[in-house]
Amino acid sequence: MKKLISLLGIILMSLVTFAQEGQIEMADELRSSGKIYVVVAVLVMLFVAFIIYLFTIDKRVKKIENSK
Amino acid sequence: MHKNWWKILASVLVLYSVIGGLLINVPALPILHESIRTVYFHVPMWIGMFIAYLVSVIYSIKYLKSNHPNHDLMAVEAVNTGLMFAAVGFASGMTWANFTWGDYWPNDPKLNSSAIATLLYLAYIVLRGSLEEEQKRARISSVYNIFAFPVMVVLIFILPRLTDSLHPGNGGNPAFGQYDLDSNMKLVLYPAMIGWGLMSAWIMTLRYRIRLIENKQNQINS
Repeated sequence: MKKLISLLGIILMSLVTFAQEGQIEMADELRSSGKIYVVVAVLVMLFVAFIIYLFTIDKRVKKIENSK
Repeated sequence: MHKNWWKILASVLVLYSVIGGLLINVPALPILHESIRTVYFHVPMWIGMFIAYLVSVIYSIKYLKSNHPNHDLMAVEAVNTGLMFAAVGFASGMTWANFTWGDYWPNDPKLNSSAIATLLYLAYIVLRGSLEEEQKRARISSVYNIFAFPVMVVLIFILPRLTDSLHPGNGGNPAFGQYDLDSNMKLVLYPAMIGWGLMSAWIMTLRYRIRLIENKQNQINS
């Protein structure tokens, strides 16, 4: 489970850096256009948090299950 | 770890649907404009609900066959998850409707019948609450659930298609294929549906596992 979370973390970090590179390159366009990448970044963050939350609940339940 | 692959798949598909859903080109349609992207999130909520109710009815049938109390617990937790998905489905749909159809609740047959279907499942919860004895509760609610499921399918997926509806795919409106949903949109919508279907399964198994622990604890205490 820990391996899984760290793997997920690495994937997400790479995603974030990828997104940042995109933002730097396209910053001017971002300001002039509808700033959709901001929305994407916010939503991705939100859903990542939601998914990590689910995984932690999963882990806690498993812990309790195993302790019985 | 190897058992969790579908949870990772669900996460990846949902994240993909967020990124792809906002960035991949969509057809420019009047009235809808960019709000057409809501379809990537609104429809999967109902898929999540459908999967939950489907699992529920399967476990109700299983319960009637086996009389194993755990099957009944799975059925009720699946319904609880389904109701949650229905609630967000309604919320997202109503917001969208307000900006495209001009009203939070335009008396559309699909809206009304999905409201009735949700009441059906709320009645399932009420029915369970009203029965004290466990075996009786499990048996009666399982039978109720088996009747509720086909009625829900007819209400949400069949009846609205027979009349005029604002929803695409109903009353002769084109849905998948012709105008509304081009191949770009399918590229996001179908993965989103699968992703949220799996999410629904994940949440209901979590609820079920917590319920099992609670159940065990109650038995020890009493």
